[in-house]
Amino acid sequence: MSEQILRIEHVDRIYTDDETEVEALSDVSLTVKKGELVSIIGASGCGKTTLLRMIAGLDRPQKGKLYLHDREITKPDPKRGYVFQQGGLFPWLTVEQNIGAGLKARHVWNENKDRIPEYISMTGLNGFEKAFPHQISGGMAQRVAIARALINDPEILLLDEPMGALDSFTRAALQDKIVEIRLQTGTTMVLVTHDVDEAIYLSDRIVVMTPRPGRVSEIIEVPMSYPRQRNSGDFGKIRKKLLEKFHLASEQKLPEYMI
Amino acid sequence: MEKGSTSKKLILAIALSIGGFLIALLGNMLVPQIADVSFDEYIVGIFMLTGKDAYDILLIALIIVYLITGIRGLRRAERRKKYVFAAPFRFACGIALFLWDLLGTKLQILQQPFFPGPAGIMTAFVQEGPFIWQNTLYSLRLYLFGFLIGTAVGVFTGTLIGWFSKADYWVSPVLKVAGVIPSVAWMPFALTIFPTAFSGAVFLIVISVWFQVTTLTASGVKSTPRTLLEAARTLGANNRWLVFHIALPNALPNIFTGIMTANAFAFTILVMAEMMGQPGGLGYYINASKVWSAYYKVFAAIIVMAILFSLITKLQGCIEKRVLRWQKGVLK
Repeated sequence: MSEQILRIEHVDRIYTDDETEVEALSDVSLTVKKGELVSIIGASGCGKTTLLRMIAGLDRPQKGKLYLHDREITKPDPKRGYVFQQGGLFPWLTVEQNIGAGLKARHVWNENKDRIPEYISMTGLNGFEKAFPHQISGGMAQRVAIARALINDPEILLLDEPMGALDSFTRAALQDKIVEIRLQTGTTMVLVTHDVDEAIYLSDRIVVMTPRPGRVSEIIEVPMSYPRQRNSGDFGKIRKKLLEKFHLASEQKLPEYMI
Repeated sequence: MEKGSTSKKLILAIALSIGGFLIALLGNMLVPQIADVSFDEYIVGIFMLTGKDAYDILLIALIIVYLITGIRGLRRAERRKKYVFAAPFRFACGIALFLWDLLGTKLQILQQPFFPGPAGIMTAFVQEGPFIWQNTLYSLRLYLFGFLIGTAVGVFTGTLIGWFSKADYWVSPVLKVAGVIPSVAWMPFALTIFPTAFSGAVFLIVISVWFQVTTLTASGVKSTPRTLLEAARTLGANNRWLVFHIALPNALPNIFTGIMTANAFAFTILVMAEMMGQPGGLGYYINASKVWSAYYKVFAAIIVMAILFSLITKLQGCIEKRVLRWQKGVLK
Protein backbone atom coordinates (compact mmCIF):
# COMPACT_ATOMS: atom_id res chain seq x y z
CA MET A 1 0.00 0.00 0.00
CA SER A 2 1.39 3.36 -0.91
CA GLU A 3 1.97 6.12 1.57
CA GLN A 4 -0.72 8.57 2.61
CA ILE A 5 0.19 12.09 1.67
CA LEU A 6 -2.89 14.18 2.48
CA ARG A 7 -5.22 13.68 5.39
CA ILE A 8 -8.42 15.66 5.95
CA GLU A 9 -10.07 15.06 9.33
CA HIS A 10 -13.63 16.07 10.21
CA VAL A 11 -13.54 19.45 8.60
CA ASP A 12 -16.36 21.97 9.07
CA ARG A 13 -16.69 25.31 7.35
CA ILE A 14 -19.52 27.77 7.90
CA TYR A 15 -19.90 31.00 5.99
CA THR A 16 -21.78 33.80 7.68
CA ASP A 17 -23.57 36.02 5.24
CA ASP A 18 -25.30 38.88 7.13
CA GLU A 19 -27.61 36.93 9.38
CA THR A 20 -27.83 33.61 7.58
CA GLU A 21 -25.28 30.91 8.10
CA VAL A 22 -24.35 28.64 5.23
CA GLU A 23 -22.74 25.38 6.13
CA ALA A 24 -20.34 24.93 3.23
CA LEU A 25 -18.69 21.80 4.62
CA SER A 26 -19.79 19.47 7.33
CA ASP A 27 -17.61 16.77 8.82
CA VAL A 28 -15.57 16.06 5.71
CA SER A 29 -12.83 13.47 5.99
CA LEU A 30 -10.63 12.20 3.18
CA THR A 31 -7.18 10.79 2.57
CA VAL A 32 -5.13 10.93 -0.59
CA LYS A 33 -2.28 8.55 -1.33
CA LYS A 34 1.01 9.51 -2.90
CA GLY A 35 0.81 9.58 -6.69
CA GLU A 36 -2.95 9.32 -6.72
CA LEU A 37 -5.32 11.48 -8.77
CA VAL A 38 -8.51 12.11 -6.84
CA SER A 39 -11.45 14.00 -8.30
CA ILE A 40 -13.98 15.83 -6.18
CA ILE A 41 -17.27 16.08 -8.01
CA GLY A 42 -20.57 17.61 -7.06
CA ALA A 43 -23.20 20.19 -7.94
CA SER A 44 -22.29 23.83 -7.51
CA GLY A 45 -22.51 24.91 -3.90
CA CYS A 46 -21.43 21.57 -2.47
CA GLY A 47 -18.25 23.08 -1.09
CA LYS A 48 -15.82 21.28 -3.36
CA THR A 49 -13.85 24.43 -4.15
CA THR A 50 -13.89 25.40 -0.46
CA LEU A 51 -12.35 22.03 0.35
CA LEU A 52 -9.66 22.50 -2.29
CA ARG A 53 -8.91 26.01 -1.03
CA MET A 54 -8.46 24.56 2.45
CA ILE A 55 -5.96 22.02 1.18
CA ALA A 56 -4.13 24.92 -0.43
CA GLY A 57 -4.24 26.86 2.82
CA LEU A 58 -6.19 29.72 1.25
CA ASP A 59 -9.10 29.03 3.60
CA ARG A 60 -9.24 27.70 7.18
CA PRO A 61 -11.75 25.28 8.67
CA GLN A 62 -13.72 26.16 11.80
CA LYS A 63 -13.42 22.64 13.06
CA GLY A 64 -11.21 19.74 12.06
CA LYS A 65 -7.73 19.68 10.62
CA LEU A 66 -5.88 19.03 7.38
CA TYR A 67 -2.44 17.49 7.17
CA LEU A 68 0.14 17.10 4.46
CA HIS A 69 2.65 14.46 5.57
CA ASP A 70 1.48 14.86 9.19
CA ARG A 71 2.18 18.59 9.10
CA GLU A 72 -0.90 20.67 9.69
CA ILE A 73 -1.92 22.94 6.83
CA THR A 74 -2.30 26.50 8.06
CA LYS A 75 -1.23 28.69 5.16
CA PRO A 76 -0.42 28.51 1.43
CA ASP A 77 2.82 26.81 0.48
CA PRO A 78 4.45 26.07 -2.86
CA LYS A 79 4.49 22.40 -1.80
CA ARG A 80 0.78 22.52 -2.56
CA GLY A 81 0.47 23.89 -6.09
CA TYR A 82 -2.84 25.45 -7.09
CA VAL A 83 -4.37 26.04 -10.50
CA PHE A 84 -7.32 28.43 -10.58
CA GLN A 85 -10.36 28.02 -12.79
CA GLN A 86 -9.19 31.04 -14.75
CA GLY A 87 -7.45 34.38 -14.46
CA GLY A 88 -4.63 33.19 -12.27
CA LEU A 89 -1.81 34.34 -14.54
CA PHE A 90 -0.01 37.62 -13.92
CA PRO A 91 -0.92 39.74 -16.96
CA TRP A 92 2.27 41.84 -16.83
CA LEU A 93 4.57 38.81 -17.06
CA THR A 94 5.31 36.80 -20.19
CA VAL A 95 4.63 33.07 -20.32
CA GLU A 96 8.13 32.18 -19.19
CA GLN A 97 8.17 34.88 -16.53
CA ASN A 98 4.88 33.55 -15.20
CA ILE A 99 6.33 30.07 -15.02
CA GLY A 100 9.39 31.43 -13.23
CA ALA A 101 7.36 33.62 -10.83
CA GLY A 102 7.44 31.05 -8.04
CA LEU A 103 11.22 30.72 -8.34
CA LYS A 104 11.52 34.48 -7.94
CA ALA A 105 9.06 34.61 -5.05
CA ARG A 106 10.96 31.87 -3.22
CA HIS A 107 14.32 33.49 -4.06
CA VAL A 108 15.62 30.37 -5.78
CA TRP A 109 15.64 31.90 -9.25
CA ASN A 110 19.34 31.66 -10.02
CA GLU A 111 19.75 27.99 -9.27
CA ASN A 112 16.50 26.97 -11.02
CA LYS A 113 16.00 29.29 -13.96
CA ASP A 114 17.49 26.77 -16.36
CA ARG A 115 14.59 24.44 -15.66
CA ILE A 116 12.02 26.77 -17.23
CA PRO A 117 12.49 25.45 -20.82
CA GLU A 118 11.88 21.93 -19.52
CA TYR A 119 8.48 22.95 -18.16
CA ILE A 120 7.69 24.95 -21.28
CA SER A 121 8.14 21.88 -23.44
CA MET A 122 6.41 19.59 -20.93
CA THR A 123 3.28 21.72 -21.24
CA GLY A 124 3.73 22.24 -25.00
CA LEU A 125 4.25 25.99 -24.89
CA ASN A 126 7.29 26.17 -27.14
CA GLY A 127 7.29 29.33 -29.24
CA PHE A 128 5.11 31.23 -26.80
CA GLU A 129 7.77 31.96 -24.17
CA LYS A 130 7.66 35.69 -24.77
CA ALA A 131 3.89 36.03 -25.20
CA PHE A 132 1.78 37.88 -22.65
CA PRO A 133 -1.27 36.14 -21.13
CA HIS A 134 -3.80 38.16 -23.15
CA GLN A 135 -2.16 36.94 -26.35
CA ILE A 136 -2.62 33.21 -25.70
CA SER A 137 -5.71 31.01 -25.64
CA GLY A 138 -7.53 29.84 -22.53
CA GLY A 139 -6.15 26.32 -22.85
CA MET A 140 -2.61 27.59 -23.12
CA ALA A 141 -3.14 29.87 -20.15
CA GLN A 142 -4.12 26.86 -18.04
CA ARG A 143 -1.04 24.97 -19.19
CA VAL A 144 1.08 27.94 -18.13
CA ALA A 145 -0.65 27.86 -14.74
CA ILE A 146 0.10 24.14 -14.41
CA ALA A 147 3.74 24.62 -15.42
CA ARG A 148 4.03 27.52 -12.98
CA ALA A 149 2.83 25.31 -10.12
CA LEU A 150 4.89 22.27 -11.15
CA ILE A 151 8.22 24.08 -11.33
CA ASN A 152 8.04 24.46 -7.53
CA ASP A 153 8.14 20.63 -7.24
CA PRO A 154 4.84 20.44 -5.35
CA GLU A 155 3.99 17.32 -3.39
CA ILE A 156 0.43 17.76 -4.47
CA LEU A 157 -1.18 19.69 -7.32
CA LEU A 158 -4.63 21.14 -6.71
CA LEU A 159 -6.73 21.82 -9.79
CA ASP A 160 -9.87 23.91 -9.36
CA GLU A 161 -12.01 23.19 -12.43
CA PRO A 162 -9.07 24.03 -14.66
CA MET A 163 -11.04 23.07 -17.74
CA GLY A 164 -14.28 24.74 -16.67
CA ALA A 165 -13.91 27.74 -18.94
CA LEU A 166 -12.64 25.90 -22.01
CA ASP A 167 -14.41 24.68 -25.13
CA SER A 168 -14.79 20.92 -25.48
CA PHE A 169 -11.87 20.31 -27.90
CA THR A 170 -9.43 22.32 -25.83
CA ARG A 171 -10.78 20.61 -22.76
CA ALA A 172 -10.09 17.13 -24.16
CA ALA A 173 -6.59 18.18 -25.18
CA LEU A 174 -5.85 19.55 -21.72
CA GLN A 175 -7.19 16.38 -20.10
CA ASP A 176 -4.72 14.33 -22.15
CA LYS A 177 -1.99 16.77 -21.16
CA ILE A 178 -2.79 16.24 -17.49
CA VAL A 179 -2.58 12.46 -17.92
CA GLU A 180 0.72 12.87 -19.72
CA ILE A 181 2.16 15.13 -17.03
CA ARG A 182 0.96 12.77 -14.35
CA LEU A 183 2.64 9.78 -15.97
CA GLN A 184 5.79 11.80 -16.52
CA THR A 185 6.14 13.40 -13.08
CA GLY A 186 4.10 11.15 -10.78
CA THR A 187 2.68 14.23 -9.05
CA THR A 188 -0.24 13.63 -6.68
CA MET A 189 -3.28 15.58 -7.86
CA VAL A 190 -6.65 16.60 -6.52
CA LEU A 191 -9.07 17.81 -9.16
CA VAL A 192 -12.33 19.63 -8.58
CA THR A 193 -14.80 19.25 -11.43
CA HIS A 194 -18.49 19.08 -12.22
CA ASP A 195 -17.91 17.00 -15.35
CA VAL A 196 -18.58 13.30 -14.80
CA ASP A 197 -16.69 12.13 -17.90
CA GLU A 198 -13.70 14.24 -17.02
CA ALA A 199 -13.59 12.71 -13.55
CA ILE A 200 -13.71 9.17 -14.91
CA TYR A 201 -11.24 9.91 -17.68
CA LEU A 202 -8.62 11.22 -15.28
CA SER A 203 -8.99 9.90 -11.75
CA ASP A 204 -8.11 6.88 -9.65
CA ARG A 205 -10.87 7.73 -7.23
CA ILE A 206 -13.89 9.99 -7.45
CA VAL A 207 -15.29 11.70 -4.37
CA VAL A 208 -18.97 12.55 -4.78
CA MET A 209 -20.16 15.42 -2.61
CA THR A 210 -23.65 16.52 -1.64
CA PRO A 211 -24.58 20.16 -1.19
CA ARG A 212 -25.95 22.10 1.81
CA PRO A 213 -24.19 21.09 3.92
CA GLY A 214 -21.27 19.87 1.84
CA ARG A 215 -20.62 16.25 2.70
CA VAL A 216 -18.78 13.33 1.17
CA SER A 217 -21.52 11.02 -0.01
CA GLU A 218 -19.58 8.37 -1.89
CA ILE A 219 -16.11 7.47 -3.04
CA ILE A 220 -15.90 5.52 -6.28
CA GLU A 221 -12.79 3.71 -7.50
CA VAL A 222 -11.88 3.83 -11.18
CA PRO A 223 -9.84 0.65 -11.79
CA MET A 224 -8.86 1.48 -15.37
CA SER A 225 -5.44 2.01 -16.90
CA TYR A 226 -4.42 4.89 -19.17
CA PRO A 227 -5.19 5.67 -21.92
CA ARG A 228 -8.87 5.38 -21.19
CA GLN A 229 -11.49 5.09 -23.88
CA ARG A 230 -14.53 7.24 -23.26
CA ASN A 231 -16.71 4.80 -25.21
CA SER A 232 -15.46 1.57 -23.58
CA GLY A 233 -17.74 -0.68 -21.56
CA ASP A 234 -15.92 -0.14 -18.27
CA PHE A 235 -16.13 3.60 -18.74
CA GLY A 236 -19.84 3.34 -19.38
CA LYS A 237 -20.43 1.22 -16.28
CA ILE A 238 -18.66 3.68 -14.03
CA ARG A 239 -20.45 6.57 -15.68
CA LYS A 240 -23.80 4.90 -15.05
CA LYS A 241 -22.92 4.19 -11.42
CA LEU A 242 -21.65 7.70 -10.90
CA LEU A 243 -24.66 9.32 -12.49
CA GLU A 244 -26.96 7.28 -10.26
CA LYS A 245 -25.08 8.32 -7.16
CA PHE A 246 -24.89 11.85 -8.38
CA HIS A 247 -28.56 11.91 -9.10
CA LEU A 248 -29.41 10.57 -5.68
CA ALA A 249 -26.93 12.86 -4.08
CA SER A 250 -28.51 15.89 -5.70
CA GLU A 251 -32.02 14.86 -4.78
CA GLN A 252 -31.27 14.44 -1.10
CA LYS A 253 -31.55 18.14 -0.62
CA LEU A 254 -35.20 18.20 -1.64
CA PRO A 255 -36.86 15.45 0.41
CA GLU A 256 -40.19 17.28 0.71
CA TYR A 257 -40.81 16.99 -3.01
CA MET A 258 -40.15 13.26 -3.11
CA ILE A 259 -43.34 11.95 -1.48
CA MET B 1 0.16 51.96 -62.60
CA GLU B 2 -0.29 51.50 -58.86
CA LYS B 3 3.29 52.47 -58.25
CA GLY B 4 3.00 55.55 -60.46
CA SER B 5 0.00 56.85 -58.56
CA THR B 6 1.65 56.41 -55.15
CA SER B 7 4.76 58.26 -56.22
CA LYS B 8 2.60 60.99 -57.74
CA LYS B 9 0.83 61.25 -54.42
CA LEU B 10 4.14 61.53 -52.62
CA ILE B 11 5.39 64.26 -54.96
CA LEU B 12 2.20 66.20 -54.37
CA ALA B 13 2.64 65.72 -50.62
CA ILE B 14 6.22 67.01 -50.79
CA ALA B 15 5.06 70.00 -52.82
CA LEU B 16 2.37 70.76 -50.25
CA SER B 17 4.72 70.26 -47.30
CA ILE B 18 7.38 72.62 -48.51
CA GLY B 19 5.07 74.86 -50.56
CA GLY B 20 3.50 76.56 -47.57
CA PHE B 21 6.83 77.35 -46.01
CA LEU B 22 8.18 78.47 -49.36
CA ILE B 23 5.35 80.98 -49.64
CA ALA B 24 6.09 82.17 -46.11
CA LEU B 25 9.77 82.51 -47.02
CA LEU B 26 9.05 84.48 -50.19
CA GLY B 27 6.62 86.62 -48.26
CA ASN B 28 9.23 87.48 -45.70
CA MET B 29 11.86 88.23 -48.33
CA LEU B 30 9.84 90.10 -50.93
CA VAL B 31 6.87 91.86 -49.34
CA PRO B 32 7.90 95.41 -48.40
CA GLN B 33 7.50 96.34 -44.79
CA ILE B 34 5.08 99.11 -43.89
CA ALA B 35 4.80 98.51 -40.19
CA ASP B 36 6.94 100.47 -37.82
CA VAL B 37 8.99 97.51 -36.74
CA SER B 38 12.74 97.70 -36.86
CA PHE B 39 15.16 94.81 -36.51
CA ASP B 40 18.49 95.22 -34.83
CA GLU B 41 21.43 93.00 -35.58
CA TYR B 42 22.82 90.76 -32.89
CA ILE B 43 25.89 88.59 -32.75
CA VAL B 44 25.06 84.90 -32.89
CA GLY B 45 28.21 82.83 -32.92
CA ILE B 46 30.22 84.31 -35.76
CA PHE B 47 27.23 85.85 -37.57
CA MET B 48 25.45 89.14 -37.31
CA LEU B 49 21.75 88.36 -37.53
CA THR B 50 18.42 90.12 -37.25
CA GLY B 51 15.24 88.39 -36.18
CA LYS B 52 14.14 88.60 -39.80
CA ASP B 53 17.20 86.64 -40.92
CA ALA B 54 16.62 84.06 -38.20
CA TYR B 55 13.06 83.62 -39.41
CA ASP B 56 14.38 83.04 -42.95
CA ILE B 57 16.83 80.47 -41.63
CA LEU B 58 14.07 78.70 -39.71
CA LEU B 59 11.86 78.51 -42.82
CA ILE B 60 14.72 77.24 -44.98
CA ALA B 61 15.51 74.62 -42.33
CA LEU B 62 11.89 73.47 -42.32
CA ILE B 63 11.87 73.25 -46.12
CA ILE B 64 15.05 71.18 -46.15
CA VAL B 65 13.82 68.85 -43.38
CA TYR B 66 10.51 68.15 -45.10
CA LEU B 67 12.18 67.73 -48.47
CA ILE B 68 14.57 65.13 -47.05
CA THR B 69 11.94 63.25 -45.04
CA GLY B 70 9.69 63.29 -48.10
CA ILE B 71 12.36 61.74 -50.31
CA ARG B 72 13.17 59.18 -47.63
CA GLY B 73 9.47 58.33 -47.63
CA LEU B 74 9.94 56.82 -51.11
CA ARG B 75 11.50 53.75 -49.53
CA ARG B 76 9.15 52.80 -46.75
CA ALA B 77 5.40 52.57 -47.24
CA GLU B 78 4.54 53.28 -43.62
CA ARG B 79 6.68 56.42 -43.47
CA ARG B 80 5.21 57.53 -46.78
CA LYS B 81 1.67 57.15 -45.47
CA LYS B 82 2.40 59.25 -42.40
CA TYR B 83 4.09 61.90 -44.51
CA VAL B 84 1.27 62.13 -47.02
CA PHE B 85 -1.26 62.29 -44.19
CA ALA B 86 0.42 65.30 -42.55
CA ALA B 87 1.16 67.19 -45.77
CA PRO B 88 -1.99 69.38 -45.97
CA PHE B 89 -1.52 70.38 -42.35
CA ARG B 90 2.09 71.43 -43.02
CA PHE B 91 0.87 73.50 -45.95
CA ALA B 92 -1.64 75.21 -43.68
CA CYS B 93 1.13 75.91 -41.16
CA GLY B 94 3.19 77.59 -43.86
CA ILE B 95 0.24 79.70 -44.98
CA ALA B 96 -0.53 80.64 -41.38
CA LEU B 97 3.05 81.79 -40.90
CA PHE B 98 2.81 83.79 -44.12
CA LEU B 99 -0.40 85.54 -43.02
CA TRP B 100 0.94 86.16 -39.56
CA ASP B 101 4.06 87.68 -41.03
CA LEU B 102 1.96 89.93 -43.29
CA LEU B 103 -0.31 91.07 -40.48
CA GLY B 104 2.30 91.35 -37.77
CA THR B 105 5.39 92.62 -39.52
CA LYS B 106 4.75 93.76 -43.07
CA LEU B 107 1.45 95.65 -42.92
CA GLN B 108 0.45 97.67 -39.91
CA ILE B 109 -2.61 95.68 -38.94
CA LEU B 110 -1.87 93.83 -35.67
CA GLN B 111 -1.24 96.26 -32.86
CA GLN B 112 2.41 96.60 -31.93
CA PRO B 113 4.17 95.80 -29.71
CA PHE B 114 1.54 93.41 -28.37
CA PHE B 115 1.35 91.09 -31.35
CA PRO B 116 4.74 90.79 -32.98
CA GLY B 117 5.20 88.83 -36.21
CA PRO B 118 7.30 85.67 -36.44
CA ALA B 119 10.41 87.67 -37.21
CA GLY B 120 9.79 89.74 -34.09
CA ILE B 121 9.63 86.62 -31.94
CA MET B 122 12.75 85.23 -33.55
CA THR B 123 14.46 88.43 -32.47
CA ALA B 124 14.14 87.27 -28.86
CA PHE B 125 16.10 84.12 -29.66
CA VAL B 126 18.73 85.99 -31.64
CA GLN B 127 19.02 88.64 -28.99
CA GLU B 128 19.27 86.47 -25.89
CA GLY B 129 19.07 82.84 -26.92
CA PRO B 130 21.49 81.63 -24.23
CA PHE B 131 19.49 83.46 -21.56
CA ILE B 132 16.24 81.83 -22.75
CA TRP B 133 18.00 78.46 -22.76
CA GLN B 134 19.24 79.07 -19.23
CA ASN B 135 15.71 79.87 -18.05
CA THR B 136 14.39 76.80 -19.87
CA LEU B 137 16.87 74.64 -17.99
CA TYR B 138 15.83 76.28 -14.74
CA SER B 139 12.18 75.43 -15.46
CA LEU B 140 13.11 71.90 -16.46
CA ARG B 141 15.11 71.38 -13.30
CA LEU B 142 12.26 72.71 -11.14
CA TYR B 143 9.80 70.49 -12.94
CA LEU B 144 11.96 67.38 -12.63
CA PHE B 145 12.59 67.87 -8.90
CA GLY B 146 8.92 68.49 -8.16
CA PHE B 147 7.58 65.84 -10.45
CA LEU B 148 9.96 63.04 -9.46
CA ILE B 149 9.67 63.67 -5.72
CA GLY B 150 5.90 64.04 -6.01
CA THR B 151 5.54 60.82 -7.97
CA ALA B 152 7.81 58.85 -5.63
CA VAL B 153 6.02 60.09 -2.51
CA GLY B 154 2.66 59.60 -4.21
CA VAL B 155 3.35 55.99 -5.16
CA PHE B 156 4.62 55.34 -1.64
CA THR B 157 1.63 56.80 0.22
CA GLY B 158 -0.79 55.41 -2.36
CA THR B 159 0.58 51.93 -1.81
CA LEU B 160 0.33 52.32 1.96
CA ILE B 161 -3.30 53.45 1.71
CA GLY B 162 -4.20 50.80 -0.83
CA TRP B 163 -2.55 47.94 1.03
CA PHE B 164 -3.07 48.66 4.74
CA SER B 165 -6.63 49.33 5.78
CA LYS B 166 -5.35 51.17 8.88
CA ALA B 167 -3.49 53.63 6.68
CA ASP B 168 -6.61 53.95 4.56
CA TYR B 169 -8.68 54.77 7.64
CA TRP B 170 -6.35 57.43 9.04
CA VAL B 171 -4.83 59.00 5.95
CA SER B 172 -7.60 58.88 3.33
CA PRO B 173 -9.90 61.46 4.97
CA VAL B 174 -6.99 63.87 5.39
CA LEU B 175 -5.99 63.29 1.81
CA LYS B 176 -9.53 63.86 0.56
CA VAL B 177 -9.75 67.26 2.24
CA ALA B 178 -6.15 68.41 1.80
CA GLY B 179 -5.94 67.11 -1.72
CA VAL B 180 -8.66 69.25 -3.22
CA ILE B 181 -7.02 72.47 -2.07
CA PRO B 182 -5.38 73.95 -5.16
CA SER B 183 -1.73 73.84 -4.29
CA VAL B 184 -1.30 77.46 -5.40
CA ALA B 185 -3.12 78.34 -2.18
CA TRP B 186 -0.03 77.24 -0.27
CA MET B 187 2.13 79.64 -2.19
CA PRO B 188 2.49 82.31 0.52
CA PHE B 189 3.68 79.68 2.98
CA ALA B 190 5.84 77.86 0.48
CA LEU B 191 7.69 81.01 -0.41
CA THR B 192 8.29 82.06 3.18
CA ILE B 193 8.84 78.80 5.08
CA PHE B 194 11.23 77.16 2.66
CA PRO B 195 14.86 78.24 2.79
CA THR B 196 15.12 78.95 -0.92
CA ALA B 197 12.60 80.06 -3.51
CA PHE B 198 13.50 76.98 -5.51
CA SER B 199 12.66 74.51 -2.71
CA GLY B 200 9.40 76.38 -2.07
CA ALA B 201 8.35 75.97 -5.68
CA VAL B 202 9.42 72.30 -5.63
CA PHE B 203 7.17 71.85 -2.62
CA LEU B 204 4.18 73.30 -4.48
CA ILE B 205 4.70 71.02 -7.46
CA VAL B 206 5.27 68.04 -5.17
CA ILE B 207 1.94 68.43 -3.39
CA SER B 208 -0.04 68.84 -6.59
CA VAL B 209 1.57 65.75 -8.16
CA TRP B 210 1.47 63.83 -4.89
CA PHE B 211 -2.30 64.05 -4.49
CA GLN B 212 -3.09 62.80 -7.98
CA VAL B 213 -0.59 59.98 -7.91
CA THR B 214 -1.54 58.90 -4.38
CA THR B 215 -5.25 58.66 -5.13
CA LEU B 216 -4.77 56.67 -8.30
CA THR B 217 -2.07 54.40 -6.89
CA ALA B 218 -4.28 53.62 -3.91
CA SER B 219 -7.25 52.66 -6.07
CA GLY B 220 -4.99 50.58 -8.33
CA VAL B 221 -3.52 48.69 -5.38
CA LYS B 222 -6.96 48.18 -3.87
CA SER B 223 -8.34 46.77 -7.09
CA THR B 224 -5.77 43.96 -7.28
CA PRO B 225 -7.76 40.81 -8.17
CA ARG B 226 -7.89 38.40 -5.23
CA THR B 227 -7.06 35.50 -7.54
CA LEU B 228 -3.69 37.04 -8.39
CA LEU B 229 -2.80 37.56 -4.74
CA GLU B 230 -3.84 34.01 -3.87
CA ALA B 231 -2.00 32.58 -6.87
CA ALA B 232 1.16 34.35 -5.74
CA ARG B 233 0.75 33.07 -2.19
CA THR B 234 0.45 29.47 -3.39
CA LEU B 235 3.69 30.05 -5.30
CA GLY B 236 5.49 30.93 -2.08
CA ALA B 237 5.24 34.74 -2.07
CA ASN B 238 5.41 36.65 1.21
CA ASN B 239 3.60 39.94 1.84
CA ARG B 240 6.49 42.06 0.67
CA TRP B 241 6.58 40.19 -2.62
CA LEU B 242 2.84 40.58 -3.02
CA VAL B 243 3.14 44.36 -2.69
CA PHE B 244 6.06 44.81 -5.06
CA HIS B 245 5.34 42.13 -7.62
CA ILE B 246 1.54 41.90 -7.67
CA ALA B 247 -0.16 44.99 -6.23
CA LEU B 248 2.20 47.57 -7.72
CA PRO B 249 2.33 46.15 -11.27
CA ASN B 250 -1.43 45.87 -11.11
CA ALA B 251 -1.60 49.56 -10.15
CA LEU B 252 0.79 50.67 -12.91
CA PRO B 253 -1.86 51.65 -15.50
CA ASN B 254 -3.54 53.73 -12.80
CA ILE B 255 -0.26 55.29 -11.75
CA PHE B 256 0.38 56.40 -15.30
CA THR B 257 -3.07 57.95 -15.52
CA GLY B 258 -2.29 59.79 -12.29
CA ILE B 259 1.01 61.01 -13.66
CA MET B 260 -0.63 62.32 -16.82
CA THR B 261 -3.20 64.33 -14.87
CA ALA B 262 -0.59 65.46 -12.40
CA ASN B 263 1.48 66.85 -15.25
CA ALA B 264 -1.14 69.42 -16.17
CA PHE B 265 -1.12 70.65 -12.56
CA ALA B 266 2.64 70.57 -12.40
CA PHE B 267 3.04 72.75 -15.49
CA THR B 268 0.55 75.29 -14.20
CA ILE B 269 2.10 75.51 -10.74
CA LEU B 270 5.55 75.64 -12.27
CA VAL B 271 4.81 78.74 -14.34
CA MET B 272 2.84 80.42 -11.57
CA ALA B 273 5.53 79.85 -8.98
CA GLU B 274 8.13 81.19 -11.36
CA MET B 275 6.07 84.29 -12.02
CA MET B 276 5.54 84.91 -8.30
CA GLY B 277 9.06 84.66 -7.09
CA GLN B 278 11.78 82.64 -8.71
CA PRO B 279 15.19 83.90 -9.74
CA GLY B 280 14.84 82.14 -13.10
CA GLY B 281 12.65 79.98 -15.29
CA LEU B 282 10.37 80.63 -18.25
CA GLY B 283 7.68 82.08 -16.00
CA TYR B 284 10.21 84.48 -14.55
CA TYR B 285 11.34 85.36 -18.06
CA ILE B 286 7.77 86.18 -19.10
CA ASN B 287 7.26 88.36 -16.07
CA ALA B 288 10.55 90.16 -16.48
CA SER B 289 9.89 90.77 -20.20
CA LYS B 290 6.37 92.02 -19.59
CA VAL B 291 7.68 94.75 -17.31
CA TRP B 292 9.68 96.14 -20.28
CA SER B 293 6.77 95.65 -22.67
CA ALA B 294 8.93 93.17 -24.58
CA TYR B 295 5.98 91.12 -25.78
CA TYR B 296 8.00 89.38 -28.44
CA LYS B 297 9.98 87.79 -25.60
CA VAL B 298 6.76 86.72 -23.87
CA PHE B 299 5.73 84.95 -27.04
CA ALA B 300 9.17 83.40 -27.39
CA ALA B 301 8.88 81.97 -23.86
CA ILE B 302 5.38 80.67 -24.59
CA ILE B 303 6.67 78.87 -27.68
CA VAL B 304 9.52 77.32 -25.69
CA MET B 305 7.02 76.18 -23.07
CA ALA B 306 4.79 74.63 -25.70
CA ILE B 307 7.75 72.68 -27.10
CA LEU B 308 9.15 71.71 -23.69
CA PHE B 309 5.87 70.55 -22.21
CA SER B 310 4.86 68.62 -25.33
CA LEU B 311 8.23 66.89 -25.34
CA ILE B 312 7.83 65.91 -21.68
CA THR B 313 4.30 64.61 -22.34
CA LYS B 314 5.47 62.76 -25.43
CA LEU B 315 8.36 61.16 -23.54
CA GLN B 316 6.02 60.03 -20.79
CA GLY B 317 3.68 58.58 -23.40
CA CYS B 318 6.56 56.55 -24.85
CA ILE B 319 7.61 55.27 -21.43
CA GLU B 320 4.02 54.34 -20.63
CA LYS B 321 3.60 52.47 -23.89
CA ARG B 322 6.79 50.55 -23.24
CA VAL B 323 6.09 49.74 -19.58
CA LEU B 324 2.44 48.80 -20.15
CA ARG B 325 3.01 46.77 -23.29
CA TRP B 326 1.51 43.76 -21.52
CA GLN B 327 -1.90 45.42 -21.53
CA LYS B 328 -4.56 44.15 -23.84
CA GLY B 329 -4.95 46.30 -26.92
CA VAL B 330 -1.58 48.02 -26.53
CA LEU B 331 0.31 45.28 -28.33
CA LYS B 332 -0.59 44.20 -31.83
